[in-house]
Amino acid sequence: MNNYSGFGRIIVTIVVAMCLRIAPWPGFLININPDWVLLALIYWTIAVPERVGIFHAWTIGLLTDVLTGRVLGQYALTYSLIIYICLLLHKRLRQFPLPQQSLFIFFCLLFIQILLFWLNNIQHQSQLHASFWLPVFTGTLCWPFIYTALRRVRLSRRAK
Amino acid sequence: MALLITEYRSHRLDSLRSTLSVVIDPIKYLIDLPSVLIEEAAYSISSYSALKTENAHLRDEQFIDKTRLLKFDSLEKENIRLRALLENSFKLGEQLLIAELLSINMAPYEHVVAVNKGTRFGVHPQQPVLDANGVVGQVFRALPFSSEIMLITDPNHAIPVQVNRNGLLTIAVGSGQLNRLNLPFLPNNADIRPGDLLITSGLGGTFPSGYPVAVVDDFTPITSKPFVNITATPKAMLDRNRELLIVWSDSSPVSLTTKPTAETVNNPSADSVLTRKVPAAKAGTASDE
Repeated sequence: MNNYSGFGRIIVTIVVAMCLRIAPWPGFLININPDWVLLALIYWTIAVPERVGIFHAWTIGLLTDVLTGRVLGQYALTYSLIIYICLLLHKRLRQFPLPQQSLFIFFCLLFIQILLFWLNNIQHQSQLHASFWLPVFTGTLCWPFIYTALRRVRLSRRAK
Repeated sequence: MALLITEYRSHRLDSLRSTLSVVIDPIKYLIDLPSVLIEEAAYSISSYSALKTENAHLRDEQFIDKTRLLKFDSLEKENIRLRALLENSFKLGEQLLIAELLSINMAPYEHVVAVNKGTRFGVHPQQPVLDANGVVGQVFRALPFSSEIMLITDPNHAIPVQVNRNGLLTIAVGSGQLNRLNLPFLPNNADIRPGDLLITSGLGGTFPSGYPVAVVDDFTPITSKPFVNITATPKAMLDRNRELLIVWSDSSPVSLTTKPTAETVNNPSADSVLTRKVPAAKAGTASDE
């Protein structure tokens, strides 16, 4: 794997993911908007673990905190935890077929949502709607598309 | 990492947040761009005659408003004089800044919106935000190029209000729905009925008094419970407006009775009610502080 200029593509995809994250989706879609930034991060960790690490996850998490107006460190913490797990398992994850990967993603997203729920509850007693958990499912459903799309982005770089 | 969360409480990380926001704010503006472009396009292709009728309409409106304002000056003076009689202090006028909404969605389940004016324009947290119809919310977090505004309908937001008809004081809490506020702290025999206008009471110091907040639309006494269930509809068009007003109001009331004191010094023989009451009024404000 050639190790030059790949970072630009990673940053561009992360920025696009951030845009999707805060885009004003119409109506019901707002409630099921998955965590694009995390999905992109997970992809890059599995694909190029020597480029994207826990520190990057932490930085991007911090930026996401500012972007979405959360308590500083909330996403930084959760993203680094998930990326740590992905780094540990990346060799195995690459071998998984897509459905099995999606299952792994499902548990990642569920874990992160539980963590966020817990962190929210520490700050203030929050009454959350049942649709709080919907992004977990939509994120899982989106994973195959994100995987193929980002794979194309990565391989088009390699072809150059 | 967990340290960050605990350190948040001391507001020591605000500067870090504003530095990071300089990096991140372009994304917000980028997302906002399409809606701005659409608006611009719609404006530039609107026909000459439509603009002409709109212009005429606006001119009429301005004419009517101006005529209404003619009496406002004298009423304000009268109000100040009456307040001086009551040995009360009067709040000076407010300063306004127009901010435009960024059409982005920060987090679902929270009624927090972003606007395009930040600390660069002197915006600071806890400033009240209005629109043409009523109170919208308050500035929740001010960043250099944008700021976050919590709407009055956010479940974590409460605003001290007063019934315009009889001055009954209570608190309106956000319900999490864009068209509803709850008034959970009124007893069953409270004098309130559907159609009552709720205005800001000025208690709490964040919101200046006298701005319309909501209209009571439902009142259902529950005999088995000590408090009654009241819901109200916000006057402000929370989901339709793009332009908001950020307000600077003097947090400490300014006594306007100082002007008459100068007159008394000049001609001590004058014995209007005003001048006689001035020392008492001054003493009143001093003891307040």
